[in-house]
Amino acid sequence: MSGADKEDIRSSLFEECEELLEATQDGLNAMADDPEDAEAINIVFRAVHSIKGGAGAFGLEAVVDFAHKFESALDTLRSGQADLTDDVIDLLRHCGDNLADLVDNARNGDNASFASSKQLEERLLEITGDLEQEDLPEFNPITISLDADPLSDVGPSRYTIEIEAKPALFAGGNEPAVLFTALRRLGDVEVKAALDAVQPLSDLDVRACAITWQITLTTDGSEADIKDVFEFVEDCCELTIALEDTDDPAEEIAKLGSDLSALGDRDVPATPSLSDLVQDVDEEKAKKEEKPSAGAAMPKAQAARTDASSKAKSSSTIRVDLDRIDKLINLVGELVIKEAMLSQSIDELDMARGSGVSASLDSLKQIASEIQEAVMAIRAQPVKPMFQRMARIVREAASATGKRVRFVTIGDYTEVDKTVIERLVDPLTHMIRNAVDHGLERPEDRKAAGKPQEGTITLSAAHRSGRVLIEVVDDGGGITRDFVRNLAMDRGLISEADTLAPNEIDNLLFMPGFSSKAEVSELSGRGVGLDVVRSAIQKLGGRVAIHSDPGEGATFSISLPLTLAVLEGMVVEVGGETMVVPISSVQETLTPTRNDLDTLGVDSVVLRNRGELVPVIDLGAYFGFRTAPSTLEDHVLLLIASDQGPRYALVVDAIQDQRQVVIKSLETNYQQISGVAAATILGDGRIALIIDADTIMRDLGSSGPGDKQMKMAG
Amino acid sequence: MQDAILEGAGRSLEVVAFRVADQDFCFDLASVREIRGWTSTTMLPHAQPYVKGVINLRGSVVPVIDLSQRLGFGAADPGARHVIIIAVVSNQTVGLLAEVVSDILTVSESDLQPIPDIVDARVREFISGVLLQDDKMIRRLDLHTILDQAGQHAA
Repeated sequence: MSGADKEDIRSSLFEECEELLEATQDGLNAMADDPEDAEAINIVFRAVHSIKGGAGAFGLEAVVDFAHKFESALDTLRSGQADLTDDVIDLLRHCGDNLADLVDNARNGDNASFASSKQLEERLLEITGDLEQEDLPEFNPITISLDADPLSDVGPSRYTIEIEAKPALFAGGNEPAVLFTALRRLGDVEVKAALDAVQPLSDLDVRACAITWQITLTTDGSEADIKDVFEFVEDCCELTIALEDTDDPAEEIAKLGSDLSALGDRDVPATPSLSDLVQDVDEEKAKKEEKPSAGAAMPKAQAARTDASSKAKSSSTIRVDLDRIDKLINLVGELVIKEAMLSQSIDELDMARGSGVSASLDSLKQIASEIQEAVMAIRAQPVKPMFQRMARIVREAASATGKRVRFVTIGDYTEVDKTVIERLVDPLTHMIRNAVDHGLERPEDRKAAGKPQEGTITLSAAHRSGRVLIEVVDDGGGITRDFVRNLAMDRGLISEADTLAPNEIDNLLFMPGFSSKAEVSELSGRGVGLDVVRSAIQKLGGRVAIHSDPGEGATFSISLPLTLAVLEGMVVEVGGETMVVPISSVQETLTPTRNDLDTLGVDSVVLRNRGELVPVIDLGAYFGFRTAPSTLEDHVLLLIASDQGPRYALVVDAIQDQRQVVIKSLETNYQQISGVAAATILGDGRIALIIDADTIMRDLGSSGPGDKQMKMAG
Repeated sequence: MQDAILEGAGRSLEVVAFRVADQDFCFDLASVREIRGWTSTTMLPHAQPYVKGVINLRGSVVPVIDLSQRLGFGAADPGARHVIIIAVVSNQTVGLLAEVVSDILTVSESDLQPIPDIVDARVREFISGVLLQDDKMIRRLDLHTILDQAGQHAA
């Protein structure tokens, strides 16, 4: 195997681990909801076991060791030898987190164990008991004896095992002979193949397996040991294991003898002779009609398999490199642009309306935009994995603060662009920590306020008018506005004379240099404020808003574009250049009259708008395309505002259009430019720059008369 | 690295030769992706004067460098006869504005000569050697310096 191949397999192992860890979390949640749910614990068990198997193949010992103990504890619980109390579930969750950490560590090439593993392992052992400490050193993915079975003490017993393979058994690359060999390690094995159902060659379905096996096993091991052998195939074959009562050696030997002679006649495990088959055609056909066809059995078997590995995942998925999708997205973007160029040139030809050309062009346009949507959808991923990470943040934050928190997620399967999800993790983590640390009250305070001691944090995702809305809701004390106001005054963010509406006070939380908790706690007092959260979200083209009812908690809403690949923009003209302003930052457009404008100092112009003085910036001058025009009356002003922060007016020469534009990176071949977010390609094939309204605002804030402009605007 | 190539005499080398401000230049053909006619660019704010702007190259945003200005001959006034040589340097795609592409030459590496010491530093910075071809002298450009500087200065 070449190094690259190995690397490939390794990376797919970790991808798989991620899915398995997700399944583990799901299962743990289901267990918490319903401790009686036997299937939930099975799911977790299987997932942990598969992680162990995969990690074992790559010699990731830290993972294997821990997964093994985790799995043993799960097995004890599964068999009902220990109770599934809240404490135990809590421990299992910690174990799940720890396992995720170990896997993560291993991915980065670090195979060291954690101190936390040891602690957790000790606690796990309390569940497992001392039953299986001795078999730790040797790990064998196929034959692990997990616990001692009460039956194992009574000497060798005989089991009859019947296996009927489903097509998935072979599709999954399993080989019955290997299973038989594994069984032989447990004791004496006799395998008999039943060939009755084998189809004549003319009717033979190569995918179906018509052979069933009857195995007689004499072993000291328990039924659980046997089941372990079949653990990886139990979903893809019908398995019956029965303990035979007979302990009479004589009878046994007689039986063996007859079995043997039967085998001898048959020439095990040969296929029946051709003449037999041909003779039996009619009979077989009749039989076949009774049985479900192989074709029908196939999807069912597959469904069963995938169900085991991860619920709610469709069976027909493929892994595709992100680069390939991005390339496709680029090409489709190109197609859309070319289509626009084509329709522009056809317009110039001035053809008769209703001609075939324009009708075809319209349908081409339709198809192009549908392709674009479909391609964008490929990049979309459910937010669920991110939400699960947040569940962990909640747990950690809760145990750090000594609060009891119930974490509820809504809309786990809402799909958002993968990049958006990735970049949302940090800001969301911060907000969740905040909600636990600052949002929720201490249990005793909650009790005093007549609330349940356990606080609730709800994280929800939903699609709203072409955007994604993510909300973090806590049922804590809400924002203490007097306190926030005083603190903001202390920090010099506002002056005493300022009158602020309640929501303006709430928005002070997003101001740079504001940290709301009186005592800086270990958890969220890391010098990162909500202003960082806001700027991270704005970078994604999103907005964040806050809503709070005193005593009833606070809601942080994040509104995000579905994709980072396109944006709705206003196409404007400035000094002979065409530029695009993201529509999300344009609050209003207006043509100013002389009365609206005032000059401050030598060349600062302000606009009077709704009783407020708004600084005016000439976009052309800002970018150095031209000097600021002396009169603004034949220009257009764009009032730019984000959810919070000062407003300002941008001077442009004319507004041309409003349309969706494909975002192209400038940094790939050039570099970042201050005031420019990205570039796009217009219908005529030329490049237009997309302005970054926030950077311009920041530039303005630092160079202009700072204090006035930093005042919160309503 | 460039020096190493220069020293490995004897091997043949393909270069694309072009004209900027009536002087002949060349660089390795391997870096060239395509050569296209002049199209008007979109101006980049806050950029160095020799960055002419960006063009759309089949969906990619590609900056165009005015070689004439970059090499100190003054800004070119690009017209229909100018060409943009699209080159890939350190994984970045750039366009280089030249007056005309004159030839694609196969030369032996031993034909490359070091530039005489007396030449001033600015020339040495961009030119990694000269090639004598018939009666012409062709200057071999070091694309890395031309672009690295473009990256550092523009802001």
